Amino acid sequence: MESNTISFDEQESIQRLRNYLPAQAVLKDFVHHNTLHAFQKLPFFEALKKASTIFGYRVTLSLEEFRTLFQKGQISEAILDQKILDKKGRAKFRYWKNSLLERDYNNVVSSRIGQLRENWKAFYKINLNKIVHPFLFRIISSYLDQGIAIRKFPLTGLEDGFLEALIELEKNAYSSLFKTRRAKTLLLDSDTTISSLLKILIGDESLFEQYLFDQQFAHPGWSGMVNNIEHNPNSLLDPKIVSLKDFILFELLLEIDALDQKLGENWEPLGYKIEEKPDELFSTIVSTELSEVLELWQDAFEWTYYDEVLAGVRAQTIQEKPKEKSFQALFCIDDREYSFRRNIERTDPNSETFATPGFFGVEFYFQPENSKFYTKACPAPVNPNYLVKEVARKSVHQKDFHYSKHAHFPIRGWLITQTMGFWSAFKLFINIFKPSISPATAYSFQHMDKHSKLSLERDSAQPTEGGLQQGFSIEEMAERVENTLKSIGLVDNFAPIIYIVGHGASSVNNTHYAGYDCGACCGRPGAVNARAFSYMANHPRVRALLQINGFTIPTTTQFLGGMHDTTRDEIEFYDEDLLSPANASLHTKNRAIFLDALEINAKERARRFDTINIKKSLKKIHEKVKKRSVSLFEPRPELNHATNALCIVGRGALTKKLFLDRRPFMNSYDYRIDPEGNYLLSILNAAAPVCGGINLEYYFSRVDNAKLGAGTKLSHNVIGLFAVANGVDGDLRPGLPSQMVEVHDPIRLLFVVEHYPEVVLKTIQRNKATYEWFINNWVHLAVINPDTREVSVFKGGSFHPYSPLKSELPQISEIFPFIENNQGNIPVIQTS
Amino acid sequence: MENTIHLFIVIPLVGFITSLLIPYKGEALISKVAFTAVGLNLMVCMAFIPIWAIQRFPALNIKDLSIYQTANYDFFIDFYFDEVSAIYLLVGAILTFLVTIYSRYYLHRESGYKRFFSTILFFYLGFNITILSGNFETLFIGWEILGISSFLLIAFYRNRHLPVKNAVKVFTIYRIGDVGILLAIWMSHHLWHENITFQQLTNYELVQKVLSSHYSLGIFISLMILIAAAAKSAQLPFSAWLPRAMEGPTPSSAIFYGSLSVHIGAFLLMRTFPFWEHQFLIRVLIGGLGLSTTVITSLIARVQPTIKSQIAYASAAQIGIIFFEIAIGLEKLALFHFAGNAFFRTYQLLISPSVVTYLIREQFYNFVPDTRKIKNNTYQKLRNTIYLLSLKEWHLDSVIFRFFFKPLKKTRKVLGFLNLKNLLYFFVPLYLGGFYFSYINQPASPEIRYYLAVGIAFLALLMVVKAFNERTSSRLAWLLIALAHFFIDLSITFNDQFNAEETFVYLSGVFFSGILGYGCLHKIKAFEHHGIGLNQFHGLVHRYRLIAFLFLLSSLGLAGFPITSTFFGEDIILTHIHEDQMVLAFIVALTFIITGISVIRIYARIFLGPHIQFFQEKPELTA
Repeated sequence: MESNTISFDEQESIQRLRNYLPAQAVLKDFVHHNTLHAFQKLPFFEALKKASTIFGYRVTLSLEEFRTLFQKGQISEAILDQKILDKKGRAKFRYWKNSLLERDYNNVVSSRIGQLRENWKAFYKINLNKIVHPFLFRIISSYLDQGIAIRKFPLTGLEDGFLEALIELEKNAYSSLFKTRRAKTLLLDSDTTISSLLKILIGDESLFEQYLFDQQFAHPGWSGMVNNIEHNPNSLLDPKIVSLKDFILFELLLEIDALDQKLGENWEPLGYKIEEKPDELFSTIVSTELSEVLELWQDAFEWTYYDEVLAGVRAQTIQEKPKEKSFQALFCIDDREYSFRRNIERTDPNSETFATPGFFGVEFYFQPENSKFYTKACPAPVNPNYLVKEVARKSVHQKDFHYSKHAHFPIRGWLITQTMGFWSAFKLFINIFKPSISPATAYSFQHMDKHSKLSLERDSAQPTEGGLQQGFSIEEMAERVENTLKSIGLVDNFAPIIYIVGHGASSVNNTHYAGYDCGACCGRPGAVNARAFSYMANHPRVRALLQINGFTIPTTTQFLGGMHDTTRDEIEFYDEDLLSPANASLHTKNRAIFLDALEINAKERARRFDTINIKKSLKKIHEKVKKRSVSLFEPRPELNHATNALCIVGRGALTKKLFLDRRPFMNSYDYRIDPEGNYLLSILNAAAPVCGGINLEYYFSRVDNAKLGAGTKLSHNVIGLFAVANGVDGDLRPGLPSQMVEVHDPIRLLFVVEHYPEVVLKTIQRNKATYEWFINNWVHLAVINPDTREVSVFKGGSFHPYSPLKSELPQISEIFPFIENNQGNIPVIQTS
Repeated sequence: MENTIHLFIVIPLVGFITSLLIPYKGEALISKVAFTAVGLNLMVCMAFIPIWAIQRFPALNIKDLSIYQTANYDFFIDFYFDEVSAIYLLVGAILTFLVTIYSRYYLHRESGYKRFFSTILFFYLGFNITILSGNFETLFIGWEILGISSFLLIAFYRNRHLPVKNAVKVFTIYRIGDVGILLAIWMSHHLWHENITFQQLTNYELVQKVLSSHYSLGIFISLMILIAAAAKSAQLPFSAWLPRAMEGPTPSSAIFYGSLSVHIGAFLLMRTFPFWEHQFLIRVLIGGLGLSTTVITSLIARVQPTIKSQIAYASAAQIGIIFFEIAIGLEKLALFHFAGNAFFRTYQLLISPSVVTYLIREQFYNFVPDTRKIKNNTYQKLRNTIYLLSLKEWHLDSVIFRFFFKPLKKTRKVLGFLNLKNLLYFFVPLYLGGFYFSYINQPASPEIRYYLAVGIAFLALLMVVKAFNERTSSRLAWLLIALAHFFIDLSITFNDQFNAEETFVYLSGVFFSGILGYGCLHKIKAFEHHGIGLNQFHGLVHRYRLIAFLFLLSSLGLAGFPITSTFFGEDIILTHIHEDQMVLAFIVALTFIITGISVIRIYARIFLGPHIQFFQEKPELTA
């Protein structure tokens, strides 16, 4: 027992802890983010090493998996050799190649986290997790519960928060939260702090912070959720005040309680018992040979694919001949929309499609009719000042008695089970043999009623609501329309109809449904934004104002909103009655093209679902695909962003004749109208964190589905409507379930930008947060020079020329045979 | 027509065995076999029940083969079919069919696809045997199958900690129920002097005649039946296992713990109703237990913040009412209620993930903010107290622990002297000495013999308790369990005329499984560089699939599961304990329970749980 000079700063330690906790939001607001966000200040591989050493995460595929990929030819030997030469030099080439391919390594992942706390078992023969966790989880989930329990947590203590509510409960009940006296007294004592409790438990101040890390990382799911709700209490419809500090304090009390019960009140703090201190969490990381081997494999794996892509992009010859367009359509940047766009352009070669983040540059809160809340209709980090209301909704929400609380009361339950119980058997039968949309379905087209109206135009007489302006003024509309169209390079050659197509998804029995909708609309279907943008762009006064600014859209051109359901491959259009007669007849023709493209798209997707025979007719396949979205027993209604690997920022011609499977995010962009890179900057500011976030979440959930992913969803149990856990007593499971990521190849995102390297370099340096993504290699960046068609790659702060190893891409004219015979990833193909 | 009943056993059995023979990756084939088995079964059921109904619901009794027979003992398989069986059969067939089809897609690509369907078929076999059984012995076969298949399904995600832990926990509770059945069988032998069939129980005069002269024996049997029923149907004080069983894939939770398995206790009560119908005390007890369960579990259900635990407790509450209905003689209503509750809870669990979408949407349109004020009057305090107690599940989870396992664990230090050496130097000679006296040179006085019997049985109990508490050597634990069986045999030989043939029946299974199991442990110990102590989970199943399977078989054999002759042996052992030798019966029964728990614990610790090197399963398909 020596006195230690390291002192404990509660505030600072908890702040550090927060940083490392999972940052996943509640289920209804599912937003993808980089799972290892805490390490983003470090270069990618350094961060991986650190995360793995400290927390015991798996951070790449295993050595075995890499070797299997290599044997299957999915990692190219030429690329592998090149990577070894680059990083290790010629002298050691043989050694490293042999290491990669042959050598055995001990692949036990150990971690620093948990070592200190493990000592309870060693010295006191007590398993604190086993005793404390179930009750702790039950209390916190009851407190935060959004509407599963019938009896709410008494005294929610809205103003004062979790701890205050516990104190009130302790005072106002004839039974106690605790089993022993000391913990109870400590709870009621206003002088109790985390430090004072740690003094009792640990004693040695130098170990306090490490102990908190150990303790909270024994249930990272819950700690992360508490931390997240503390900062966004309004992400819960029924808001709760909670803080990580309160949560930790309560857990410490429960630990003291458990120890007191087993040992009486006189036990020595753990810190005085241990002779040898465990490794400090954040002390220097020693890199192992295995981690270097894995790094090389990862690089080779990624570049095998990138090389093909860059070879493909470079080979495109771009001849601009302005041509009459049959129609134009704007879609979301989302990787799921890429294949739909490709199929539209193949079905009708005279059509032209674009992509931009799916809120189409109009940011607002949306309030469906009769609802009590607003939903955000723009990316999560944006905080809009506008409110748009839905009026004159026609559809009604249906009820399902299976979710009714009555069945949980004894007498009513007695009545219900004996009557409705038999109806349940029938419904189960129907649901298995003929699934259809039900009240349990999250149905994309339900978010906004097709026949309702939107209050989009500002009426200056109308007061603000909750600080939000209702609707947009003409100037505000014009500004948004111009910005969006210019950023994608749509400034001339307007077609008679320009479709603005948002997207949403439909699924049932899917707790992660929000992650399937449009990320740019904060995990909601994007129909409202598509309709809003069309309204604005069609507005005569907006057009007039734009004309004054020198941006002329022909009066014959009309914008039409729509939404694509990515699960069902269906499309719905809004306000079709506003089309001019000429356009209405064009629309009928275009609609057929959309429908054809959807069927092809469904087939393309279906090849990954190996329960569908994709040699059947397009119609039949499409039916099966639609059925998946409403089948209770289908854990994979769609595969969402799985296999994403690219983000392409450039003109459509860059990829028009390439088949990139369903792997790229895309943002249309024309360098010619943006010589300074201003639009590019705002595109990258959004795309790097959003697409990069999606990509990395898939990456980490795939490589360590047990610790960074949510495991299989088949055994998930819904907790309080805001999260899932395994079983009844388990920790929350942030991350993505295995069903979502199993087909994903964990490689980082490659940005391909069409512009001059020097402009791109200047652009990315303008925003520090965006630059961090590139300089630390959390995403890759390649630039294609529009004049020379040369490719250069961003590395260590500057661009370096890159000449792809792959010289010839496979050329085909018909894509179907490829789709039908390849369940896995399809290589980059040149189509004619 | 009567022989049709056999089809309900044969079809799942053939399906089960076929499913075992299919290779791991043959997903389509496995699902086809399962589909065919449950589909065929449903069809036969749909055809059979109307024909049976046209014949005005006759109660059928089919006496099948005698498996083991001596002068005063006859272990025979018997089936019985009446309204109760009919409803259970029908509901079981429909639900198993629907859930099987559901799972064919739901479990697509899940590793363990084959294991899942094999276990479902195994479970279904056990279910049908139980509900069609015509005597306690046959019922007990089905009952044991239900227990072990439950264990396997709860621990379906066998490389995770909680499922395995909870599987062992639920198995333990089931085991307590098993002892109820065992003791009921024991006492029945003495009451009837034969293996009574359920059909005979419906003979009012016969039952009354016997019961009037043996009132307390009748009460004892009924109580044992009630314990078994309450454990299986999650009634007080056992209710807390039900939500913890929800660890497997949702469809398996739905069919087991939402519907079929959990209603088996109610079935047992209905099946034995004619026996305890006139024991007023028992009826009050059953009704009272049912109602108190309803009250307590409803209170607990109301505070559950997770969807599966809420459904589980709400279901237990309804089963409480079913118990009450049975107690007051409303059998038809209870059957109706069972069917409704089973369908309803199955569906509720299957659609439980959608609760997020549905309730969030409802809240979005109908939310009313919380306006409760803090009050501190007595009424409020009382409500808070009930809330808090309900949140703690009225300490149900710890009650069993405190009264059963804590005393067991406390003996750990006392039994420290039992190690491998002592076992060899002390117990083996002791056994041989006992063997000499019991078989060759029996002491004359029956009193001395009885005390010797109790003493030796107690030694056996100590051995299995030690095995249960063992933390380091798995082989020691295993040997202790095997040896305990020999001591039980010795004890009974002192107690009664127990001939060599019976000993052979009892011990041959033990001997064989003991050696096989020891071999498995030995082999693994040789392969693994670190030890295979029992203080942690090792998760070795992925490395030694075959050994794990063999060890599971030998564990079941050692635990007296109906795969070796030991199963009958345990039954025979009990017939040699007289009705007034309650202490001996209790010790022997306790030894049997703890044996079961200990072997499953060894299996779980060595083969299940997280493996240090094993982080995630590689996706079996590359796409």
